Amino acid sequence: MDLTEFLVKTATIFVVFVLTLVIAMYSTWAERKVAGFIQDRMGPNRAGWGGLLQPLADAGKMFFKEDFIPALANKWLFIAGPSLAMLTALLASAVIPFGSTFRINGHEIVLQGVESNIGILYVFGVVALGVYGIMVGGWASNNKFSLLGAIRAASQNISYEVAMGLSLIAILMMSSSLSLGEIVAQQHGMNWNIFYQPLGFLIFITCSFAECNRVPFDLPECETELVGGYHTEYGSMKLGFYLFAEYINMFISSAIISVLYFGGYNYPGMDWVYSQLTGALGSETGHNIATLIGTAVFFGKALFFIFFYMWVRWTIPRFRYDQLMNLGWKKLIPLAIFNIIITGAAVLFLKPVITAWLN
Amino acid sequence: MQLTNRSKQVSNKEMTLMERAYIPAIATGLAITIKHFFAKKVTIEYPEVKRYLGPVFRGRHILKRDEDGRERCTACGLCAVACPAEAIQMVAAEREKGEENLYREEKYAAVYEVNMLRCIFCGLCEEACPKQAVYLRHDEFVPVFTERDQVIWGKDLLVEDMTNRYTREAWTKEEARALDAKRASGESTNVVPRAIP
Repeated sequence: MDLTEFLVKTATIFVVFVLTLVIAMYSTWAERKVAGFIQDRMGPNRAGWGGLLQPLADAGKMFFKEDFIPALANKWLFIAGPSLAMLTALLASAVIPFGSTFRINGHEIVLQGVESNIGILYVFGVVALGVYGIMVGGWASNNKFSLLGAIRAASQNISYEVAMGLSLIAILMMSSSLSLGEIVAQQHGMNWNIFYQPLGFLIFITCSFAECNRVPFDLPECETELVGGYHTEYGSMKLGFYLFAEYINMFISSAIISVLYFGGYNYPGMDWVYSQLTGALGSETGHNIATLIGTAVFFGKALFFIFFYMWVRWTIPRFRYDQLMNLGWKKLIPLAIFNIIITGAAVLFLKPVITAWLN
Repeated sequence: MQLTNRSKQVSNKEMTLMERAYIPAIATGLAITIKHFFAKKVTIEYPEVKRYLGPVFRGRHILKRDEDGRERCTACGLCAVACPAEAIQMVAAEREKGEENLYREEKYAAVYEVNMLRCIFCGLCEEACPKQAVYLRHDEFVPVFTERDQVIWGKDLLVEDMTNRYTREAWTKEEARALDAKRASGESTNVVPRAIP
């Protein structure tokens, strides 16, 4: 790997990192705005135009609060908890393909932090690690409510990861690749996976709600039962990191959903747009502009799913814990297995028939 | 007896498959919330937009002058007696020769102070006043104070300004708006108070 390539990768990673942080920051603002609008209110609108400086004000408040560590808490792990949560949340964005390629002086630059051939596996590994942040923090607090919240989060994440992985297998059977770049490239144009995997998508999105600890599966921080859940003892920016990690996770899972099921940067008519742009502006500028449009489409999809997360949050009440476990183990996992069988049968028998009929 | 037509009979029947699928119910709920998302917001953004509170709202005090610009207060002290919060204090003085254009009666209030922290804006002073001198304005609040010496309002703040007289002629929202417009254009909004009995 030569130096330019290394620098280009570093710059890409940095841009992805900053973008993730900014989107997560403004998700907190958007969450409150959406909550307000859905409840017939205005939401925050005092700090800056339309409340746009609200995240900065919140962060400033968080930083200047007392950084409190309970006397009987395990100090190292108490600090490690939010750090781990933040770290694992940020790691996952490295493999997401944000667009196709940039062409500069004949060099192709992939708009993706790391083009890994096991991208989706990497995402799953990192997301699975995320539960450590919560578990470690909850345990280190030396507080029964925190521990209960953390255990809830851990068992919930582990239960729903099974169904999530199974729903994903159907996608992988169709794409026969674990690389996210490859999976997106296969959904060229309007050939999105959602049309082949509606049931898989439903399972996947339900599980990602549970993975992000979002309503209706936000039992780890169920105030009525657990005070504040796993972050009861946290304050100041350590609490901020936990909340922030949740929003980063939300963005990551929205991006993953749009990559896996909604074609990432692909949109209908992209070939026509591409040929028009390259015809008018040359193969370099035209290509770059086409890529930018694709990236904008990708972010549009991802932001829509962030909105969808919030929309659901302010619509549905919280599940009870036994209902949560019943749904995960008794409904979603059998459904996901059923989906795998259907997909396998379709790939094996239906696909040759249809291709033969089309030819 | 039926009290409402929105009540539903509770039943513990088995849910149908459609109900157990949960997805249609979620879709219905999402449809309701998105309708609210785009609905007109009911919020009145207070410091920028002020709602008309009606002609009987009791805001800050004012010491009225009569149509010739003479103070109507005669420092009888009935308002201070009526005040349940003991917020009003006054010092009476005798009118000198040549002050007839300043004070209406032979006795006047040299000092008239209202403690705005004590005042509960009940309006009993207004009711007690035999000279129709003290009123609680329906269109202005006591502004927020940040210093101790802003709490006790003396005559400099209380006595009516003859160029911008207080009237309670606006009884509806529309009349209030029209009056505001008149005031803004510098027009005198004088109204003759009732004759003193």
